[in-house]
Amino acid sequence: MYRYDEFDHAFVAARVAEFRDQAGRRLSGELTEDQFKPLRLMNGVYLQLHAYMLRIAVPYGTLSSKQLRMLAHIARTYDKGYGHFTTRQNIQFNWPALKDIPDILEELASVEMHAIQTSGNCIRNVTADHFAGAAADEIADPRPYAEILRQWSSVHPEFSYLPRKFKIAVTGAERDRAAIQTHDIGLHVKKSADGRLGFAVYVGGGQGRTPMVAKKIRDFLPEADLLFYTTAILRVYNLHGRRDNKYKARIKILVHETGAEELTRQVEAEFAALKASGEDLKLPQADIRAIDRYFAPPELTERAEGWGAVAAERKLDAGFDAWLRRNVVEHRNPDYASVTISLKGIGEVPGDATDAQMDAVADIAEKYAFDELRVSHEQNLILPHVARADLKAVFDALVAIGLATPNAGLVTDIIACPGLDYCALANARSISVAQEISTRFGSQEKQEEIGDLKIKISGCINACGHHHVGHIGILGVEKKGTELYQITLGGSADENTSIGEIVGRGFAADEITNAIETVVETYLAHRAGRDEDFLAAYRRLGAAPFKEALYGSEARAA
Amino acid sequence: MKILTANRLIDGEAVWLAPDYSWSETIDVAEVARDKDAEARLEAVGAEAIRRNRVVDVNLVDVELVDGAIVPIRLRERIRAAGPTNRLDLGKQARPGAASAV
Repeated sequence: MYRYDEFDHAFVAARVAEFRDQAGRRLSGELTEDQFKPLRLMNGVYLQLHAYMLRIAVPYGTLSSKQLRMLAHIARTYDKGYGHFTTRQNIQFNWPALKDIPDILEELASVEMHAIQTSGNCIRNVTADHFAGAAADEIADPRPYAEILRQWSSVHPEFSYLPRKFKIAVTGAERDRAAIQTHDIGLHVKKSADGRLGFAVYVGGGQGRTPMVAKKIRDFLPEADLLFYTTAILRVYNLHGRRDNKYKARIKILVHETGAEELTRQVEAEFAALKASGEDLKLPQADIRAIDRYFAPPELTERAEGWGAVAAERKLDAGFDAWLRRNVVEHRNPDYASVTISLKGIGEVPGDATDAQMDAVADIAEKYAFDELRVSHEQNLILPHVARADLKAVFDALVAIGLATPNAGLVTDIIACPGLDYCALANARSISVAQEISTRFGSQEKQEEIGDLKIKISGCINACGHHHVGHIGILGVEKKGTELYQITLGGSADENTSIGEIVGRGFAADEITNAIETVVETYLAHRAGRDEDFLAAYRRLGAAPFKEALYGSEARAA
Repeated sequence: MKILTANRLIDGEAVWLAPDYSWSETIDVAEVARDKDAEARLEAVGAEAIRRNRVVDVNLVDVELVDGAIVPIRLRERIRAAGPTNRLDLGKQARPGAASAV
């Protein structure tokens, strides 16, 4: 993985010192809250319902064991013994004291981590496929490009005060696990007919109150031109993005109002002008390959004995067998596999891990997974490289810490934002809904009978829980002082991204789990067979049978 | 009826203005304003506390009295006063004898 060079160390240390000074001046009264707020936000410090919240960047979701241990230490020392992994592959701590945050940042810097640009109207943490570097279907590891973008975008003087926040995602595989079409810029690594690497470029995706699927504005951008092109997009956005209305300030609105064709013309014109200007943005091959080397896969020795071992062990342990079915996926090396560590125990809080669990997972990664971990945008942890021969040992170690739930991609693998239990912006709770649905569908047999199904829950229209792209999405709102939950169906964040359709009137907090069960039972009753998953069935059937099941005569009257 | 709430600057702790104009960590001793004049007095104290960098995010919130106890009307404020509903071991509700939000 990437290691800080001298410049990175000096840069992060300087930012820690700067924030220590800013926090000190705030606490002494030298800075007002109005003056301090944009400064703290630029360092990931929010004020939430109960306390401050610190969001720490996990660049493209990649962590080492040492870094995860540091997060455990922070949870234990400065917070309340747990952390919350987020849909942007970051981690949040919900209870830090402002007076302690400079010390936390200094501790993070010691393991090459920071909280810079995890908030504010700037380019946020660049996200990537959580199986990057390991996936069997990958063309190239997207993380070197994500790292180049991270370096380019960190305190970029031109792009630190954009009209609104800006999110970039990169995938290097045909199957999109990074949700690139829901990002401001989505990059899909491609190989041209003559073997050159480059990108298909998508612009203007996003969720929030106005969900949009990104438009592809370039079929193939040579990798050397990456920063020319992203600079061109950002310049067009910076110039024309709506600064008069924060609800219309994201680039998706600019794309929508300008039209994809005209916006593409503007970007291409800026791109051409930039290249002609002599501005030094071309990525030299030598530099790209130098970054590549940081992400070189570990040396994977032949471990063919794993095939026989796994086949024998799965016959003896039904739990292990289920875990293999759901949480273990193919690796590019057949003797190895990638493992999803579910942070979605039945009835538990999606994305939460205790300090003890983080320490234990760090130990497992160090012992069995080449010291490497990932955070997925689906709020799970990933061990990207595990020898099949070690899978049973990994499983047993995860069982011991309560993290072996075999539900990756199933109905209980729910994304949920913090919602009204923590978030100052939320209108309704998300976590409690996720917990109740998880408990309702907790039977492994039932979950596997239902098959692949992504439920995503947001506690307000800002859509941090990605409800718009859930196969079943749930949006919590406040109506007449009570929580009300609106269901959307048919959303998806993969290579065939779609925005879910609102199915009808909302449901009260004590009705929503029954409503979701009705939706699921309707799917089971109407699917063509077990091979037709929920999304495929919905796309074939449309909303009608689900509306009928949920609303009966009310739906027919409408 | 309204009470004045804020977050303490130094650590973000949710606090409520008490009758002696101190900031209480629990809602039960909050000063209740029953008319516009009383609300204005609370707001003036809040503005001064902001100026003196004691608290941030000062707001008046609607409450009712239930069996003599102060209960915010909105769930949001009930959760602030108690803690996350999914973790009863966290927040004010973790204190001995304290009530949860739901």
